Amino acid sequence: MRLKDLPEEELFLQGSAACQGCPGSMALRVAFKALGRNTLLVVIASCISVLQSPFPVSALDLPVLNMAFASGGAVASGISAAVRRLKKRGVFTEEPTVLVWAGDGGTYDIGIQALSGAAERNTNFIYVCYNNEAYSNTGTQRSGATPYAAWTTNTVSGKQEWRKDVAQIMVAHNVPYVATASLAYPMDFYQKMQKAKSIPGTKYIEILAPCPPAWKFPSEATVQVSRLAVQSGLWLLYECENGHTHYTSGTARLIEGRSSAKPVEEYLRMQGRFRHLFSPEKDEKRVGEIQERISGIVESLKFTAKMREHIMDLEIMPRP
Amino acid sequence: MKIIDTANHAVAYAAKLARVEVVSAYPITPQTQIIEEISRLIDEGIMDCEYIPVESEHSAQAALIGASATGVRVFSATSSHGLAYMHELLHWAAAVRLPIVMVNVNRAMGPGWNIWCDHQDAIAARDTGWIQLYCASHQECVDTLIQAFRIAEDHRVIMPVMVNYDAFVLSHTYMKVEFPEQETVDLFLPELDPMWKLDLDNPMTHGSVIYPDDYEEVRFSMQQAHGNARKVISEAAAEYRVIVGNYHGDLTEEFMTEDAEHIIVAMGSIASEAKMAVKQLREEGLACGVVRIRSYRPFPVEELQRVMRGKRTLVVIDRDCSFGLEGALFSDVKAASYGHSDARAYNLITGLGGRDITYGLLAGAVRAAVEGKAETVRWPALRLNEHHLASKRGVEAAWQGRQKRSAS
Ligand SMILES: Cc1ncc(C[n+]2csc(CCOP(=O)(O)OP(=O)(O)O)c2C)c(N)n1
Ligand SMILES: [Mg+2]
Repeated sequence: MRLKDLPEEELFLQGSAACQGCPGSMALRVAFKALGRNTLLVVIASCISVLQSPFPVSALDLPVLNMAFASGGAVASGISAAVRRLKKRGVFTEEPTVLVWAGDGGTYDIGIQALSGAAERNTNFIYVCYNNEAYSNTGTQRSGATPYAAWTTNTVSGKQEWRKDVAQIMVAHNVPYVATASLAYPMDFYQKMQKAKSIPGTKYIEILAPCPPAWKFPSEATVQVSRLAVQSGLWLLYECENGHTHYTSGTARLIEGRSSAKPVEEYLRMQGRFRHLFSPEKDEKRVGEIQERISGIVESLKFTAKMREHIMDLEIMPRP
Repeated sequence: MKIIDTANHAVAYAAKLARVEVVSAYPITPQTQIIEEISRLIDEGIMDCEYIPVESEHSAQAALIGASATGVRVFSATSSHGLAYMHELLHWAAAVRLPIVMVNVNRAMGPGWNIWCDHQDAIAARDTGWIQLYCASHQECVDTLIQAFRIAEDHRVIMPVMVNYDAFVLSHTYMKVEFPEQETVDLFLPELDPMWKLDLDNPMTHGSVIYPDDYEEVRFSMQQAHGNARKVISEAAAEYRVIVGNYHGDLTEEFMTEDAEHIIVAMGSIASEAKMAVKQLREEGLACGVVRIRSYRPFPVEELQRVMRGKRTLVVIDRDCSFGLEGALFSDVKAASYGHSDARAYNLITGLGGRDITYGLLAGAVRAAVEGKAETVRWPALRLNEHHLASKRGVEAAWQGRQKRSAS
């Protein structure tokens, strides 16, 4: 299946209030195509609350419940329980998909408790975190997903801490399905959304969402920045089904050695939020730290993949 | 069916009779037995309902909003810190207009940790848009809970309802309670007919950005809903009386008010002590009566205006304090009777954090008010023990030391 084979029906309508090059609206568009009309959508406080356009119009052609910042997982538990009741009563013939859409602030920070609770209860829903690595809606403040050294309005000389990894935290919840995605690989994202739809229980999908105003790059470069993040090994594409992880798309190519990692500098230089790393002169220390960390991760993944192949060849373990 | 049980267990059975379909809750003393009992009933197949064991009260309310927005009848119970923790979503539930029903067992706020009766928790949630009903007996808890769904789901209202009753005084004491038959409740409480829901056939966006051009109209509609609720609460009480047989009052319950010259206003179980005090005061020749507030929001403005006309004294008992002013109920009663009564108004702030209040104490305080010997706002049960005085002296000594240091 290719991009041009995606369903033509648009559930993300014209007239949205999104910025030019908004990664959130691109991601929503693909996700809606994957899930179709039989979807109940919860939008958590974020730019998506705004980009659907103000009352009394809406750019989202689905039943939408906008909800408070910290409530994503919990509201899904409520909807999902009610859906079970209504199905039992015969109100629904086909059970609708419950989709929660939240930003990284609503996921990594204020909403992690509700998400964790819903995951532990294995609530039947898909949670999508579109991760633009900052609080964009309130004008770009740091979040737990903001990467090391990135400028935000409250990390003006660059964030001092490394980001945390909520996708892995979700893996540790033993939910049936966790995946990461990128706007530069829309078919990969589409297929992951479709797969998530077919699996009962909690599904967590996180998509990197380069945000032109927050990251400070030209609005036509959203996809290009997305692709570089994967190609340099900064953003890993994988899916984890019942505890078994396998890397997909651009990341798989990187790990299998079919392509070599681009230097992170190329990615960093595209974005104004890292400008202080290159002007007035290059900050060798911090750029070096970032490269070292990313290379370390990619190398260890390659090593693990090789070891795994090796062990498989010895046939002492069954192939998954 | 008649049983002898706690109010907590009684409301659990009432929720079952109301055919609640989704319950989500988080434990907190003194509410815990309600949700333990409901989860047991579900587990043993006695109650046909989904139970969501959420990880916080914020999530409890979020889950209710989600389930109610999907179109099923929902219920929860909380208390004190739990109610405070879900505060943001109390506003949400009311403004998005969902007929959620929840019990709040009135308990003090910390610190220090105090699990006993106090109204501060619900008073602090006063302006969220929730209808607040207060009960004074086990039977009233059961009957009010069933009525609460009727009120919340009435299309003239569509507002969440909080059923309040006092920690331990009611929640944990054993009393006789009579339950109506399921068919009787079904007659009184028809199936939920949601005003709106997440509708796949007619997709709508709820709760998105709203500009100043439209926001005020939404808030006005909430105020209108409360206006309508006054009538609906009375109708529900009247119809319940016909179908089930029990009646505890409309927005208020009045006790010996007709020929009274002095009125005590109270809320919750302390109204029972107030009634005892009235009996004693009447024996002593003071014509007193009690107005018990059943519906705090909407507030019984007309009822109070009617009762207060021509009265000489008003004494309002508050189990809360609006710090920096006075008891919250006191302010409200004065505001309601403004221009309708020349009664001198007094406030008793008392029974906080479970402090035991006797009818004798109330009678004494009312008599002092009638005789004009009381301050306007009094804390009649206040006593400064040696350990209170010791800490008071400590604070004063520290303060004096600081003044000396800054002077030198
Ligand atoms: C309880 C609460 N605190 C703060 C806010 C203000 N607020 C709204 S959106 C937002 C940031 C959202 O960040 P994120 O989840 O990353 O989404 P983005 O704006 O980047 O799309 C904040 C802080 C709020 N709505 N609710
Ligand atoms: Mg963000």
